Amino acid sequence: MNASATTAYGGGFTDPAVDSARAFRAAMNVMAKPGEIRDLATAQPPAPLSPAAGTLLLTLCDPETGVCLAGACDTPEVRGWLAFHTGAPVVGAAEADFAVGTWAELLPLDRYRIGTPEYPDRSATLIVEMDALEPEGATLRGPGIRESAQLSLPDAAALAGNAMLYPLGLDFFFTCGGRVAALPRSTAISEA
Amino acid sequence: MTTQEKNAAADDAGSQARRGWMSLLAKAPEDRLMALWAAYGDSPAFDWLRQPETGAVMVRGRMGGTGAPFNLGEMTVTRCSLALADGTVGHGYVQGRGRERAQAAALIDALMQTAAAGALRQAVLDPLAEAMAEAREARAAKAAATKVDFFTLVRGED
Repeated sequence: MNASATTAYGGGFTDPAVDSARAFRAAMNVMAKPGEIRDLATAQPPAPLSPAAGTLLLTLCDPETGVCLAGACDTPEVRGWLAFHTGAPVVGAAEADFAVGTWAELLPLDRYRIGTPEYPDRSATLIVEMDALEPEGATLRGPGIRESAQLSLPDAAALAGNAMLYPLGLDFFFTCGGRVAALPRSTAISEA
Repeated sequence: MTTQEKNAAADDAGSQARRGWMSLLAKAPEDRLMALWAAYGDSPAFDWLRQPETGAVMVRGRMGGTGAPFNLGEMTVTRCSLALADGTVGHGYVQGRGRERAQAAALIDALMQTAAAGALRQAVLDPLAEAMAEAREARAAKAAATKVDFFTLVRGED
């Protein structure tokens, strides 16, 4: 009975309380276990957002979180959809709590807030839209990983540089279609 | 006037009219609205964009209508949004917990943006506005009958 993304504002959660709790659980688990890939495609956002990125935005954003729509994501349809479902304001990269776009659109990384020594949580979380998301490539080690994990990262060197900033730095979700993985700042990255 | 200005003016008039019927639907008494909506009879197919949900909104007021704004208190509001088959979006915001009523309000809002607007206005909105104006006048008249004019000729203290 829920409208698809073809209608303006369509494709939101059918049952917001249950859907957002499930999506939050998935987002929390991938962030707790870097390298793990989960399915997350409850929402059907307008193009070019992927279902996983749209579901993350619906789950994590509210009127108090600024969202930066990078590059091709910044369309009137996406802005209207985000405003209707979350009320989140669209802001520039320097004030953003969340930023969404492809890796190339999101660069350079030093535009985003990395937190302060007193409040390392005042940092941005980047939702990176990927063409492919596979458990191969760069090697991840750190909290939440038993031995090591592998994940196809867009730019392992830049992400390793972000991990060097710990306890400051950015956190990342990687989305591809209806799948999501995450990389917190606490994960050490080495090239495969 | 450029075309753009004309469009903007038309949009303004459109949103002014929409504000009018949204306000009417939000404040309309439930039994009257549902009766008129049932009598209108034509309930089109639709998709939910936002299922009816109940929440609280802060009502603000100004003392005497001109003072500084203050928070009067919270009131219960039920809202929903839906899309007709042709993509027209309707929003319903009504006071209280009436989910059916919010749905009816959203459908009326959507239909008022289509060709059915004239018939709907005649069948539902006009009688509703009339009934509410009557109720308001009756109440004002009742209050006016109890009005007492005080005036002082001489104050006693000197």
